[in-house]
Amino acid sequence: MEILVCARRVPDTSENEIQLNSGGNDIERDELVYSINEADNYAVEEALQIVARVGGTVTVATVGGEDDEEILRREMAMGANHGVLITDEAFSGSDGKGIATILKAFVQKGHYDLILTGVQAEDSAAQVGGMLAALLDYPFASLVNSIEVLDSKKLKVSREIEGGNKEMNEIDLPCVLSIQTGINEPRYVGIRGIRQVASVPIPTFGASELGVDPGAVGGAGAKVKRVDYFVPALGKGAEILRGSREENVDKVLELVAAKGGFK
Amino acid sequence: MVGIESASQVTSWLVTGRILFLMIHVLGIMCFAYIVARRMVPLLRAERDFRFDHPWLRSGRVLKFWLGQWKQPRYKLAGTLHISIFAGFIVLAVRAFSVLIVGVSENFVMPGLAGRAGPVYDIITDYAATIVLLCMVIAVIRRLVFRPARYAVPARYGKAHTADAIFLLSLIAILMVADSLFAAARAAAPSQPGQSIETLAAFSLPWILQKALVSTSLSLSLPTLGRLYFGAYLVHELTFYFLLCYRPFGIQFHVETSLFNIYFAKLDREILKPVRWGVADEHLDQVKSFGVKTFEDFTWKHMLDFYSCADCGRCSDNCPANAVGRPLSPRFIGIKARDYAFQHYPVIGRAQNGAALVGGKDSGGIYSEDEIWSCTTCGACEAECPLLVEYIDKIVDLRRGMVDDGNVPQSLQKPLKALESRGNPYGKMEKKKADWTNAKDFQQVCPVKTLNDHNGADTLYFVDSITSYDDRMQSIGRATAKILSHVGENFGILGAAEKDSGHEVRRFGEETLFMALRDHNVDAIKASGVRRIVTADPHAYNALKHDYKDVPPVEHISQVIASELKAGKIKFNPLDDKNNVYTYHDPCYLGRHNQVYDDPRDVLDAIPGLKRVEMTRCRDRSFCCGGGGLMLFYEPKEDQRMGVKRVQMAAEAGANVIVTACPFCMVNIEDAIKVAGLEGKMTAIDLAELVDQQIARESQKVA
Repeated sequence: MEILVCARRVPDTSENEIQLNSGGNDIERDELVYSINEADNYAVEEALQIVARVGGTVTVATVGGEDDEEILRREMAMGANHGVLITDEAFSGSDGKGIATILKAFVQKGHYDLILTGVQAEDSAAQVGGMLAALLDYPFASLVNSIEVLDSKKLKVSREIEGGNKEMNEIDLPCVLSIQTGINEPRYVGIRGIRQVASVPIPTFGASELGVDPGAVGGAGAKVKRVDYFVPALGKGAEILRGSREENVDKVLELVAAKGGFK
Repeated sequence: MVGIESASQVTSWLVTGRILFLMIHVLGIMCFAYIVARRMVPLLRAERDFRFDHPWLRSGRVLKFWLGQWKQPRYKLAGTLHISIFAGFIVLAVRAFSVLIVGVSENFVMPGLAGRAGPVYDIITDYAATIVLLCMVIAVIRRLVFRPARYAVPARYGKAHTADAIFLLSLIAILMVADSLFAAARAAAPSQPGQSIETLAAFSLPWILQKALVSTSLSLSLPTLGRLYFGAYLVHELTFYFLLCYRPFGIQFHVETSLFNIYFAKLDREILKPVRWGVADEHLDQVKSFGVKTFEDFTWKHMLDFYSCADCGRCSDNCPANAVGRPLSPRFIGIKARDYAFQHYPVIGRAQNGAALVGGKDSGGIYSEDEIWSCTTCGACEAECPLLVEYIDKIVDLRRGMVDDGNVPQSLQKPLKALESRGNPYGKMEKKKADWTNAKDFQQVCPVKTLNDHNGADTLYFVDSITSYDDRMQSIGRATAKILSHVGENFGILGAAEKDSGHEVRRFGEETLFMALRDHNVDAIKASGVRRIVTADPHAYNALKHDYKDVPPVEHISQVIASELKAGKIKFNPLDDKNNVYTYHDPCYLGRHNQVYDDPRDVLDAIPGLKRVEMTRCRDRSFCCGGGGLMLFYEPKEDQRMGVKRVQMAAEAGANVIVTACPFCMVNIEDAIKVAGLEGKMTAIDLAELVDQQIARESQKVA
């Protein structure tokens, strides 16, 4: 099975203190550390596990700049066969549809049976997967938390439903799936693994190679524009229980039950 | 003509004894040589290990740990038994050898025992055989009746080893009885009229048997005595060779291997094994695979360890992970590997290698992942092992293999990633590393400078991640700084330039990340131009002292305090509350791994009015609090927390204040006090905090 995983490099929320820049329209990016978007990492691991079972190759592609090569290397160290950097000045400032348009052009350059994306990028809007499927006229399933290959034409996937329930679906290939975190346990990659793939060439594709109209993507083509970025004011804080231990335990049980925590 | 024929002269089934025994000798020795040669096969396929240096030092250790049985008395009864058996075997070895030769050449006398020494030696051996037999009886009774808990085999590790043990003990007992009966029959024969009397040691086993043989109630004829003599000799022969050839099939192999195991034992225990012996750090990138993945990735010495383990269970008896029900028992790390070796390198048949060791039974593995991650590397097992078996290096090597395969628990991946990108496991910003020095009332009394091109100092205070970033542990940092400042030390910190020491990163098998952290810190330390390093974190202390190279000498704050105390630079105010009872908990990496036991105790005892008690498990038997560094992130499967057990030990000792000297111990013990429900009854304080609190400062002296 030929699998494409669309990945993205994002500021790591667990290792950064996100602050607004002086302009108030973006975050302060000077001292940020980046990593692969967490859900995308799960998608790559899932692709690797599928290939380990049924054979095939895994390609990881990202739309971005030179700095984004680092996540491609990391995923290649995990075991992805190819990394592809889709980069062009015309692409910068793309909205979700722009990114989906670029990816669609890239998908059509190759032959992929299965396209995976993370369920959402930590700094984005959870829209590229669905749009990509629509642009390609492929079936789409979101919030996927297990994949079983039935045959070369069909997958059985389960989707996470609000409240912790699961829904099982059969879906025809080729298709696009957005992968939920927790679907697997991604393998660890350290500096050593990355060093071992340091000299593997990473091909790049620009607007002309992909045949993408520069006017339809990037800032020029974006129809969704960020106008502000702010940290919401803190709401009512946590409730602190100040009773005896027994009273507190009872109160906690009551609160959890009230929020639907017990079934 | 003596009373009975010498064994070599007895003729039966048309074969003379001489030929029969010669055949037994040749067959027995060939058989043993073949089995041992087969046992050496995996060692020849193993990884390299440099253990051929310092022959004198190693020989000295053989005298201490092998001949001197140095660690045996740590378990009083078992130790006494073992020392008695060992001494008996050493004494009897010469006798066994000459008895074997007597079967072929009846007039043989061991050189040196021809003269007066002979009878003296005989008397000693009579007693030795008696003592060994008695020990066997006691050992069997212990195994069957008293059943020490540490010999039990949990169901997940297979069947009980009791039957094997009793079989072995019986064989030795048979050997002793046969040997004594042989001597007794020979001695009984001449007591027939007209013969000279051979004396046996009074009340020894041969003596008792001889008395029985010559007693009138038995009234054995000379031919009967002769048959008995021959029979006993034959049984002795056969048992001897059976035992010899049976030894390489189980724990009894340690009789042969222990001497070599101790000779080749690691000399510098505190230094972790390199990824690959003989490969420099800068060439590690060319090494295809890291760590131990298959059995053959172990070094030959580690395989020898597996052969040498006597299954005494002392390692697991002291292992904190085992004590709290984590899926780790160091004893079975060895036993399972030994069984693997026996199975995959059989005495008869082809050797098969290559299966992955970690990964549960389904995939053919012998270790589970949780088993390998459960170890805190506290070193209690190694401190105990009479045979100097190494455990930490094996655990770390197995982890290196797992890390290399990407097989790392999710709970550890985040902190490892954060260490890679931010230099600390919490993912905190580098620029906030020195924030602990900015606390208001602290900054005024004790400004701490960050070392850079313009700011130099004699001493570097290496703070490390937890003390820098953890709100509670920052208090240890401030106390340390105030002590250094009080004794007039010109010191500073690296601030944002300091990354995590990488101590646990290395022990969790992430060698490449460790090297990156180490190289960064070494450069930063060198650039600071300091002449010594002080830290209050035993893990950082151990890393800087043993894992780093080319850095200035490093001291733990307890050592600094102890020496300043001696120099008179530190004086203590008496304790306010004299009702408290203190106990000192030895952090593993200060105590067991670096032998700093007395300095912290001396400091405590110098505080007027401080009443201190020792826990039963203290010093090199200290019980790990639960582990530091990355271990704080790992989610072990366990019945209970190690810290809770430790706190209960302190309570049993009658203490209500636990003093420790490690920020990780503080995390674990403070948590454990809450979990154990001892809040309000028990408190924990760091040595540096207590010292800072009790130091008599100039301004106070006036009052």
